[in-house]
Amino acid sequence: MYRPHVLVCCGTGCTSSGSAKVIETLEAEIAKAGLSEEIKVTRTDCFGLCTVGPNMIVYPEGCFYSKVNVDDIPEIVAEHLLKGRPVKRLLYKKPVEKDTITCLDHTDFFRKQKRVALRNCGLINPESIEEYIAMDGYEALGKCLTEYTPDQVIQTILDSGLRGRGGAGFPTGMKWRFAAGNRGQVQKYVCCNADEGDPGAFMDRSVLEGDPHCVLEAMAIAGYAIGATQGYIYVRAEYPIAVKRLEIAIEQARKYGLLGKNIFGTDFCFDIELRLGAGAFVCGEETALMTSIEGKRGEPRPRPPFPASKGLFQQPTILNNVETYANIPQIILKGPQWFASMGTEKSKGTKVFALGGKIHNTGLVEIPMGTTLREIVEEIGGGVPNGKKFKAAQTGGPSGGCISAENMDVPIDYDNLIAIGTMMGSGGMIIMDEDNCMVDIAKFFLQFTVDESCGKCTPCRVGTRRLLEMLEKITAGNGTLEDLDKMEALCYYIKNNSLCGLGQTAPNPVLSTLRYFRDEYIAHVVDKTCPAGVCKGLLHFYIQPDKCRGCTACARICPVSAISGKVREVHVIDQTKCIKCGSCIEKCKFGAIIKK
Amino acid sequence: MAMVPVKINGKNYNVEQGISILEACRSVGIDIPTLCYLKDINEIGACRICLCEVKGARSLVAACVYPIDPPRKDRVTGELIPMEIVTNSETVIKSRKMTLELILSTHNKSCLSCVRSGSCELQKLCHEYGIEDENAFVGENPPFEIDTTATHMIRDNTKCILCRRCTAVCSKLQHVGVIGPNDRGFNTHIGCAFEADLGEVTCISCGQCINVCPTGALHEKDETQKVFDALADPKKHVIIQTAPSVRVGLGECFGMPIGSIVTGKMVAACKMLGFDGVFDTNFTADLTIMEEATEFLERYTKKENLPLITSCSPGWIKFCEHYHHDMIPHLSSCKSPQGMFGAIAKTYYAEKIGVDPKDIFSVSVMPCTAKKFEASRHDHTAVEGLADIDVALTTRELGRMIQRAGIRFTELPDAEFDSPFGLGSGAGTIFGATGGVMEAALRTAAEIVTGKPLEKLEFNDVRGVAGIKEATYELAGNVIKVAVASGLENADRLLRMVKSGEKYYDFIEIMACPGGCVNGGGQPIVPASVRNFVDVRAVRAAALYQDDLNLPVRKSHENPDIKSIYAEYFEKPGSHKAHEILHTAYTKRPKY
Repeated sequence: MYRPHVLVCCGTGCTSSGSAKVIETLEAEIAKAGLSEEIKVTRTDCFGLCTVGPNMIVYPEGCFYSKVNVDDIPEIVAEHLLKGRPVKRLLYKKPVEKDTITCLDHTDFFRKQKRVALRNCGLINPESIEEYIAMDGYEALGKCLTEYTPDQVIQTILDSGLRGRGGAGFPTGMKWRFAAGNRGQVQKYVCCNADEGDPGAFMDRSVLEGDPHCVLEAMAIAGYAIGATQGYIYVRAEYPIAVKRLEIAIEQARKYGLLGKNIFGTDFCFDIELRLGAGAFVCGEETALMTSIEGKRGEPRPRPPFPASKGLFQQPTILNNVETYANIPQIILKGPQWFASMGTEKSKGTKVFALGGKIHNTGLVEIPMGTTLREIVEEIGGGVPNGKKFKAAQTGGPSGGCISAENMDVPIDYDNLIAIGTMMGSGGMIIMDEDNCMVDIAKFFLQFTVDESCGKCTPCRVGTRRLLEMLEKITAGNGTLEDLDKMEALCYYIKNNSLCGLGQTAPNPVLSTLRYFRDEYIAHVVDKTCPAGVCKGLLHFYIQPDKCRGCTACARICPVSAISGKVREVHVIDQTKCIKCGSCIEKCKFGAIIKK
Repeated sequence: MAMVPVKINGKNYNVEQGISILEACRSVGIDIPTLCYLKDINEIGACRICLCEVKGARSLVAACVYPIDPPRKDRVTGELIPMEIVTNSETVIKSRKMTLELILSTHNKSCLSCVRSGSCELQKLCHEYGIEDENAFVGENPPFEIDTTATHMIRDNTKCILCRRCTAVCSKLQHVGVIGPNDRGFNTHIGCAFEADLGEVTCISCGQCINVCPTGALHEKDETQKVFDALADPKKHVIIQTAPSVRVGLGECFGMPIGSIVTGKMVAACKMLGFDGVFDTNFTADLTIMEEATEFLERYTKKENLPLITSCSPGWIKFCEHYHHDMIPHLSSCKSPQGMFGAIAKTYYAEKIGVDPKDIFSVSVMPCTAKKFEASRHDHTAVEGLADIDVALTTRELGRMIQRAGIRFTELPDAEFDSPFGLGSGAGTIFGATGGVMEAALRTAAEIVTGKPLEKLEFNDVRGVAGIKEATYELAGNVIKVAVASGLENADRLLRMVKSGEKYYDFIEIMACPGGCVNGGGQPIVPASVRNFVDVRAVRAAALYQDDLNLPVRKSHENPDIKSIYAEYFEKPGSHKAHEILHTAYTKRPKY
């Protein structure tokens, strides 16, 4: 029997902050104190509050230690684990409250969350199939194989209202139904899209690292539903921890007879293999992913035919996102009505968001559909730091758009977001404040799409590049009002003419920012200024003559000798030489240099 | 498949379910432009020129791959609503224009000096869609390269529109696959693996990629100036031989219908160009038959080294040397008709007319780009140190020479070939069609074996455009199994069946180009808008079979000029002298 139970996060985020060494030290200290038989240390995965990692939770109290350092360990072991006295100074503190909160579930960050897809993340050791089974793992698969027909399984998923969590939001049950014909007569495939490519998105990563078995179980259920015997998980090679956890999980599942031949003693056979990506965002697109698995250049194919009839190797195939799969076992066990009781009318269940940018609590959150952006930003996210004002939230990554302050009370679901010009996407949500330039944001996302375009079709290959050149022209200070019109026309052209989703959604950040922040674009092209003070081409570094003391500090630090002036005389910056690095502003003790 | 009602541009039609919107519209007289679509070969919907509106679809759809659906039942009224297509709305036209403008922004727009000006598919569309500003989207472009390392052609990526048609024919049709897209996104460009030069990879020089390139990005190396220079040189005795396929292709360079037989005009034009001797490759085609039929019967009698495989297609020979080393001993040792002509030009002919072989400039006009490669093989030339063929021109180059010389081709009266190589039999003329060499050989072999004249000269089993054809013949109690393959993907398949023992043949004809030489890489370019709907190979081949019917002599061994050359010079087929001059050998080449 274990007394305290210590869970330490080993997800990618906390690992980068040094949690591996923390665990090593913890285990060593516990051994030194002779407590290895009494204290269980579990390597778990993402709790979600990645901004304050390495994270550690001690049960049964539920004490949440954050920013744990190797040097803190002896004190934690001696005080808390041995004597039962939590170390208050190391506990997670809500940034704006005076009292120290001890219980995890009562923090603002976790209070409004409902962890369905992430239910096991942060609780179990992802490398232990026993812990997964202890949390009702594989029971859903067993139930399907012994109590439901394949069509009943599909009906259950349909009734739940689950929609694809990869971004497009297509009803999952419908997708499975399209591929269900001719069961047992043709080879079919079940694919998992684990190529999470949106910059700043790590929802799928956390599921794969923290609860890999739920994906395997869901894929087997899908295989049973449509009559497939083989599954492929296409996982991006940039997730080495996820790859390792998946390999271990598959090995364990096979050993337990939960993958392979005659699962649970029935006729049902299903196995899963991994396929690694090679650094192409476009391979997250359905048909490009399948083409990549076939060993060819990862480029999308025109549809029809749709993968449900001709997909991988020209056979009926279904492809679902990791998060979509993560919901499946629960829906089977708790019933579709339970799932449909959460969310809005047309968007059921919960959604995982990767909160990032100008927000206190960056990390993963899982909330019921219908939660407003205001709740996410002000309550769950802990607000915008440094006293800055919220400006916009970008959702859907490079395929999405922005939600401005005027829409903060819109309940977040698939259709509402499309109505206001953005999309749910896979769940990346980046918060921006008054110091962000929306034109620069659009350019940032477009740079990404231009880089990742596969190059097959003209509108995306050439169109997005020419669009980017127009944005670069504008942020360099050479744009005109005509450019704005030309840009808009090109955006609609690219949307309407591209072969695949990458091109069809690439102009969204531009169109969305044009819609809600047109004044910023006008400022760039007409007034030749960047209101947020970001676009270097429009910035002038200026020494205010009334504040300058002539100390020559700036002139000496300037890397290109752009500042001239004699000692104790007002200094001047030569705009033609200035590279806008900002070193002079940092150096000036009198606050005499400003950007305008 | 069933006929279903559709609405196209506001009118009701009945078209076949499941065919593409492109084909459906064509069947009712509506054209949709395409740039990347090549039927059965490249159906990828990449260029986006063919986009049109389909009511209810999320965005514009590619007509070349989107299928005709049957009417859909309306969920509310239950009424059957047919598919509704619009191909010429303002949205569609504006989109096509923008696609063209974007292509132009990465294109080398030097049309005035481009060999495809006037026959370029991009240029034609720009004209049709009224492009007003070819610099509508000006921006930076990647540094595209120009590859001149291959013997026969130039790859100019500055003019490439990335339609991928060349990649498709090279890998799908020819099973060679040396060119393909490198890098990605805006930097995508067609090249060889690891950016190797075309001249150093296993390109077989078949030129099929040139035939399907919509712009001037791919074209043959133009050697017409060398020929003009030789013609102008008083010291040179310049002769030209004309392949059978040229006489059914050359007319297309001058606007005549595909498959027009223009033998007489072709000869007349060559004479007007100033050639000292205008000869018929059909003559050496007959010579090849004499040598090869003899070779075959010898192997067949001894049951040695069978199957015998034809060797007149240099694209196939290079393919064999790279990828099928074990079949090299099976290749006929005969030179091709071009090769044999070059050989006798610098020996028999030189002696006959009393000219030093060094002063003979031997030109050929072939439907083929691989003949440029064959002409560059100096390993078994008839005269040491002299090329058998000095310049191998393509049909297209001869067309350009005739134009440049101001000759009004279509108005020329017919002229006759010169002696002693002006007479070719019908067996020789059908060399240009797939199965033609086999049929010609059978006409001679059959009469040798049976000792009796054939009642019917047509061997229909080996005719037609099918990729692989097989037939079995019984000649005086001898059973002879033959096979014919054209297009190297078919040849590969055939050889695999032979090597595995699944099939057995005594004699195999292999042509690199699908359909045979009439569809060679040097023939006049037929735009995709025609190729996708007309089988050019069948039309041109039919012309050759018609030519065969009209010729007075139809069997190689009955050609009086052939009898003369043996009597005067080679003594008999397979003689020592024949082997010295008319035969060659092959070398193993690396796989990559």
